[in-house]
Formats: sequence, C-alpha cells, structure tokens
Amino acid sequence: MPLNRKQIANRAALELKDNFIVNLGIGIPTMVANYIPKNISVKIQSENGILGMGPYPFKGEEDADLINAGKQTVTALKGSSFFSAADSFNMIRGGHINLAVLGAMQVSEKGDIANWMIPGKMIKGMGGAMDLLVNTPNIIIAMEHVNKNNESKIVHKCTLPLTGKHCVDLIITDLAVFKIKRGVGLTLIEHANDVSIEEIKEKTNANFVISNNIKNIQFN
Amino acid sequence: MKKIFTSANESIFDLTSNVSIMSGGFGLCGNPENLLLALMKKKVKSLTIISNNCGTIDHGLGILLKKKQIKKIYASYVGENKEFERQFLTGEVEVELIPQGTLAEKIRSGGAGIPAFYTPTGVGTQVALGGVPMLFNENRDVIKTSKIKEVRKFNNRDFVLEKSLNADFAIIKAYKADSFGNLIFRKTAQNFSSIMCTAAKITIVEAEHIVEIGDLDPDTIHVPGIYVNRIIQGKNYKNFIEQRTVISKN
Repeated sequence: MPLNRKQIANRAALELKDNFIVNLGIGIPTMVANYIPKNISVKIQSENGILGMGPYPFKGEEDADLINAGKQTVTALKGSSFFSAADSFNMIRGGHINLAVLGAMQVSEKGDIANWMIPGKMIKGMGGAMDLLVNTPNIIIAMEHVNKNNESKIVHKCTLPLTGKHCVDLIITDLAVFKIKRGVGLTLIEHANDVSIEEIKEKTNANFVISNNIKNIQFN
Repeated sequence: MKKIFTSANESIFDLTSNVSIMSGGFGLCGNPENLLLALMKKKVKSLTIISNNCGTIDHGLGILLKKKQIKKIYASYVGENKEFERQFLTGEVEVELIPQGTLAEKIRSGGAGIPAFYTPTGVGTQVALGGVPMLFNENRDVIKTSKIKEVRKFNNRDFVLEKSLNADFAIIKAYKADSFGNLIFRKTAQNFSSIMCTAAKITIVEAEHIVEIGDLDPDTIHVPGIYVNRIIQGKNYKNFIEQRTVISKN
C-alpha cells in the first residue's frame, strides 16, 4: 500500500536526531512535528521568528501575535525565544539549523529542487525556502511521488525554475525513500509495503540505483 | 523633539504619492493596522512597498492593493491574495520577489549603512541568473524580468551580490513604546518590524501601549529610540488570524 500523508510525515520524523534544531515547511512537513520519537528532544524553528515552537493552541487560546511561517496559530514551549527576521535567517543561512523538511514540485536525480513557481500559472514567491537550502546539512523532501497529472515529481532534470541546486539529501514519498548523493545521483533504499520496485521504476522519471540493503518503509 | 502624534492621519502628514514604504508584519501578524487604514483613506497612490507579504484581499496591505494604490512591491511570498495575483498577472502592479532571508538582510544592511552584500542564497537559480518575472502586460505576457547578478567566489564557493534596501518611510506596529521611541515587540509580531525601523528616513510607529520614559527595562528593548521618528497610540486592533489552527481540550 502507498503511504498516506500522515505516514509520509511519520517516516520523515525518523530522520530527526536528539538535540536537532529543525525547520518544517508547509503541508506534509508541518505534520512531521506530530511524530517526533518520544525518546529524543528536538527544537522547531519557524522562520517568522520563533525557536522552540509548540503544538497548536487549545481552542480559545489562539494569539494573533504567535504564528508559524505557514501563518497558523501555534504555541511557544518552555525555553523558546522570539527574534527578528534578520536573526532568524542568520540561523538559517548561517548553517545553524540541523535539518529541514520541505515539500517540492520537482526533485532531480542530482538533488536539485523546484518548488516556488510554475511559469505562466503560479508565481507565489520562494519565501524562506531558498535560504534554507544553502547551508542546512540535512534536507529532506516529503511529498507525493507523482503530481495531479500523474507525472513523476522525481525527474532527470527539473523543468521548473529551481529553488536550489544540488542540495537535497533524502526524498520520502508515498511509494519510496531515495537517498541522494548531492550532485551525483539517487539510490532507492526503501519501498512501501506491497509496492514493487517495478512500479517505482515505472513511476519515476529519473535514474536510480537500488540499494543491496533495500527495505520496506518503516515508521513508528 | 516631540515624537508623539495625536492621530495616524497627522503622523503621515508628509507622506505623499510616489514614495517608498517599508511595512512591518509577517502575513497579518504584527501589521500597522491604523497606519495602513490612514494611508488608504489619504488615497496616496503609486506607492512602492517593501514587505514580506502583501496581505489578504481585505486585510493588511491588501486594503491598499484593492484601491490600486501600490505601483511596485518587494516581497518574498505573495500567495495568499487572489486580487494581488490578478493585478500582477495583468500588469497593474510590478513585483520583485526576493528570498526571505535576502529580503531581511537587504533591510538590515540598508539600515546599517552597507550598500550591498554577498550571500549564498539563490546561487544557481533565477534569483542570481536573472529571469524572474517582474511585470506582465494586459495580455499576461512577461514584459520585464529580473537581471543577472554578479557572482563571486569566496573560499571556492559561489555567492551572489545583493543590493541593500532603504525607504522613505517605515510603518511599524509595536507592543510598547516610550516617548523617546524605544520599542518592545510581542512574540512573533516582531518579524521584519525591528529591522525596518533602521532602514527608513522616517519611521512611524503605532504602539498598543505608550509608556513614560523610564518605564521600559533597558535590557528588554528591541529597538532603541534613535531609529523612531513618530509615535501614535494604536487602537481598535482587529488582530486578524489567517490560519486559525487549534486543538480541542479533549
């Protein structure tokens, strides 16, 4: 069975390590916070200016002055801090964030990513994504394997304008997990239970090698 | 010099059409609601706006957009406003999309007297290579795109040269201000506001609370009053929430 969105987020959460500072993008990446393994401690940074973000508030306790980068009402955990946009991107661009989980419209086999514009159709802007991609050592893409037109979102070369070049380390989809050696290529390391390697090949418009150690996708 | 003004309208007495304005806020969080409303009522036009976003259809900078008061906007993300999209795609407004961290640094360095800086952000993308659509015509054809930027190697890695930003005015919402203009922000409402105070010729602040000199603990001040020119008492805050996400107590 292909994974649902919650299961993709659940699998992505296994990439978090104790004491990591992480930044989570909009959509499936936001849901990763719900599956952080109980035995580790991580802090979530959101680029609008909070380190130590907590869950959504209880109904009636929303505060318009306390949101995340997706403009959702959130809470601040004990030990959290607030800061300016300049400080926030010092953390991000300066390489102080350990890991980021982002969505994508296309990821190439060399680790390029496109997620901010479809020429002629959609121009919303890149927000903080380009900054997150330049110096964060672990970039995880959590996304559906194919788009609404049933086209592979994993491609030889991105046809959409790039958000970052040679910067992705891992792709987690509803069908498979690929490791990327930045600038080099893709290795299939996990497949969803009952999803065959043939099906993954058929739905992936990119070259990849298959790990000797290939496993079923695990999650908590 | 007296910095306290009696109304939003009085505080923008010399703000005319064709000026550039930095507007604080992230989405609708920390927006200078009183000053935006005063600008709308004053009907100033052809404004150049520098802000992370452009509000929603009915709130934030959206109210100026709706009245077609904005000529150009510098922003990192404009995806929450259909009217904005329509005006952009039909050539009514020009847009310069800037990565969020680069936008923040353009403002910070603008306030710090540094004209430009090298950053890794955008290398290998249209941000550095040029080609980001900036202006369409009424037939939805792109008629202006961003230009190629200088790239230089430091320690064997490419960095792109980005120019700093300054503005004629900054309009800012603070939580507390004293009469010298020392400011404190609340939670994530600080966002771009503190750095914008430093980068405009005239910084106008609306504060939820105006207090006496000496009432703010100097250790807690986010913006020293040197950067603030005018202060008004903010009122009738709507504090709009774009995405009201909650969990139930059960």
